[in-house]
Amino acid sequence: MSSNNNILVKLKNAGYQLNNKFLVEGVSLEVKKGKIVTLIGPNGSGKSTTAKIALGIYKKIVGEVEKYTDKVGYVPQKISIDWTLPIRVNDFMVLTDDISSEEIDKALSLTGVLHLKNKNLGNLSGGEFQRVLLARAISKKPELLVLDEPVQGVDFTGEIALYQLIKKISEELNCGILLISHDLHTVMSATDHVVCLNGHVCCSGSPTDVAHNHEYKALFGEQASKTLTIYEHKHDHVHTNEGDIKKN
Amino acid sequence: MFDDFFIRALFAGIGVAFVTGPLGCFVVWRRLSYFGDTLAHSALLGVTMAYSFQFNIAFSVFIISALIALILIQLQKKTNLPGDALLGLLAHSSLAVGLVVIGFLSFIRFDIMGLLFGDILAVTVDDLLIIWIGGAIILVVLKLIWKSLFASTVNYELAEAEGLNPDRAKAIFTILMAAVIAISIKMVGLLLITGMLIIPAAMARNVSTSPLQMVFYSIIGGLLSVILGLYSSLEFNTSSGPSIIAASLFLFILSLLKIKQTAGLKN
Repeated sequence: MSSNNNILVKLKNAGYQLNNKFLVEGVSLEVKKGKIVTLIGPNGSGKSTTAKIALGIYKKIVGEVEKYTDKVGYVPQKISIDWTLPIRVNDFMVLTDDISSEEIDKALSLTGVLHLKNKNLGNLSGGEFQRVLLARAISKKPELLVLDEPVQGVDFTGEIALYQLIKKISEELNCGILLISHDLHTVMSATDHVVCLNGHVCCSGSPTDVAHNHEYKALFGEQASKTLTIYEHKHDHVHTNEGDIKKN
Repeated sequence: MFDDFFIRALFAGIGVAFVTGPLGCFVVWRRLSYFGDTLAHSALLGVTMAYSFQFNIAFSVFIISALIALILIQLQKKTNLPGDALLGLLAHSSLAVGLVVIGFLSFIRFDIMGLLFGDILAVTVDDLLIIWIGGAIILVVLKLIWKSLFASTVNYELAEAEGLNPDRAKAIFTILMAAVIAISIKMVGLLLITGMLIIPAAMARNVSTSPLQMVFYSIIGGLLSVILGLYSSLEFNTSSGPSIIAASLFLFILSLLKIKQTAGLKN
């Protein structure tokens, strides 16, 4: 069979206009099963907009978007839960899908927040909330996972662990991931394909290619191309989310 | 059993409370209380239409309210006026037009007070049928759209991205709002309907920790308000609609005690 069968979503020269101004234009990319595509770029470069085009949230777009799956998991950049809505983590997990209790527990433990299951969503910290969002998205066992800055507000050790988890999930579920991140360090090491945006695609390719591209250097500075070396140091213990210390 | 006007009133109120409970929660969650008010104000126009063309009142109110909701959606697309200004425009102009039309229908004697504040004691067996059958349909439809409506209440984009069609759910919910106003106008009147939607739901929020719990307490609150309000209106000879709303206010104030308790224990 042709490789087309592996494509989950494909953007062809896509763009989105608001008040006669393009937020992003001329984006072509495709996300395949088991691959991680990362969007990078400065604030306002159209990363989230591109993700929303791919997800079909924006309907009146320029260009084309072809989506080949309905099993989608989405972690939006921002969600605010109003006080008027009493909702626990457990209620939030079944928001768009009926997921068994075991699956919920499994997903929450994977992102390290099982102990928050019966907490009110409004009382979580930023990092805790991100972990819940990620758990909800993966518990659906999606074919396409769209993660818009999934680790914002997560502590540094947690950040690395979550990126490793995302990598593991893409392999286990064989799902395609469209990832948006500011964090060049960790992302560049775990990604198959990088798209660097700045209102348009300024360069794309493998992480190594992009890091050496002169447009990328112009956008992020010379220093950024050196970040390919993965940050690594060893701890002799880990802090669990319940606040205990565990020796390795 | 339904020969007694008081029993009919009681059953009408109970039927309405079962529907306003869950719908009221969405009104509070989605910040639609002024929207509900606008639809309720336009109900007067619906009532005059019913008298003019010999329609059933509930049916006519439903049609006019749904129409006003449609006009609102169109206006929102066409103009840049803020939402609350558009709502005020529609609420007061439809109320005014309704009153003007009443002026022309001088050959019919209108019970204006009954229209504005409800006349639950004049509920007929036909009204009861409309409330219970209409109410059952509303609840079944709400159950069907529950998942996408609730998900889009939490986050529109999440619901859209994961294939739940929030726009359709919103449109259907708007029709349900028109329907609930149509079936409850006789009970509390068009000035007090939104109170019946919001106050029990607001009370429920103070004592709930999950969405379904809030819906449950909202229904219980509505039922208690109806029973308490009706019996006290019988006892003190006050008008029934305002008595029901006053009873729901009393329950809301009680729920504030509970919120104070939990605030002290927070985390």
